[in-house]
Amino acid sequence: MAKVKGKVTFKEELCKGCELCTTVCPVNIVKMAEDRINVKGYHPATVYEMEKCIACGNCATICPDTVIEVEREKEDK
Amino acid sequence: MAEQVFKRTKGLTERPFHYCPGCTHGIIHRLVAEVLEELGVLEKSVGVAPVGCSVLAYDYFNCDMHEASHGRAPAVATGIKRVLPDRVVFTYQGDGDLASIGTAEIVHAAMRGEKFTTIFVNNAIYGMTGGQMAPTTLVGQKATTAPYGRQKDHAGNPIRMSEMLSTLDGAAFIERVSVNSPANIRKAKKAIKKAFEVQLEGKGFSMVEVLSTCPTNWGMTPKEAIKWLEDNMIPYYPLGNFKSPEEVK
Repeated sequence: MAKVKGKVTFKEELCKGCELCTTVCPVNIVKMAEDRINVKGYHPATVYEMEKCIACGNCATICPDTVIEVEREKEDK
Repeated sequence: MAEQVFKRTKGLTERPFHYCPGCTHGIIHRLVAEVLEELGVLEKSVGVAPVGCSVLAYDYFNCDMHEASHGRAPAVATGIKRVLPDRVVFTYQGDGDLASIGTAEIVHAAMRGEKFTTIFVNNAIYGMTGGQMAPTTLVGQKATTAPYGRQKDHAGNPIRMSEMLSTLDGAAFIERVSVNSPANIRKAKKAIKKAFEVQLEGKGFSMVEVLSTCPTNWGMTPKEAIKWLEDNMIPYYPLGNFKSPEEVK
């Protein structure tokens, strides 16, 4: 069965730390990076456990600042 | 093999939005830009920017843009569409712009059945000027000019523009959508696409009302604002289609 794996990339310098993306992730992996601050002065959104991503695109859909890009990788298992 | 599922649309310029954190203007800008790109009409689109928070919309859309004075975007769009009927013309207006100072313009543009599309962003408050009460502010909702909340006896009940405009024969497509969740955002995009298709088919005036948040002036975090929209705005401003071209003879 083909397993869907996703990869999200964040343009962190555009993030305003609104946290909306963290509310819509079905696998709950989008977090705010509390250890760093971007050029605008916010903690940017990030993902630490990328292997759990299912490429649903919810975070990118609700992001008001087009910070997030989503890729889907298909591999046979 | 990696497939790109989501990336920034060509319909937006590279300029970062100036909107407050969590402001849903960014989502709505992106939806309009994505629809224009998908319909392949970016090169022949002309947008009309309003006065309000989205006054700088002309910096963000990657198509020809025009600025209108407060509330007069439908009048400017009428002129552009009549002189250049082959162009795709849209106005992008907030509730202070469309439902207050520009009510006459939008009502008469819809009455005449002008063949352009209006994106009406309703966040129930005046954003740019500092959170004053708008005609769309809900009863009981606090604003800087209504510190105890809007009172019905004093300021009346909020205006429902979609319902009002759908009574006009010239209006071909009227729908109210919301951007509070990924599912509703996808529905909103479908409605915006339909509105532009109605314009391309020359069937008459089309408008999509988008319920939006204003975390800064509502005095909430973006997450709380989304919740407030779901709990308070959607019950008063029901989502759905009010008019589609099939009903228009």
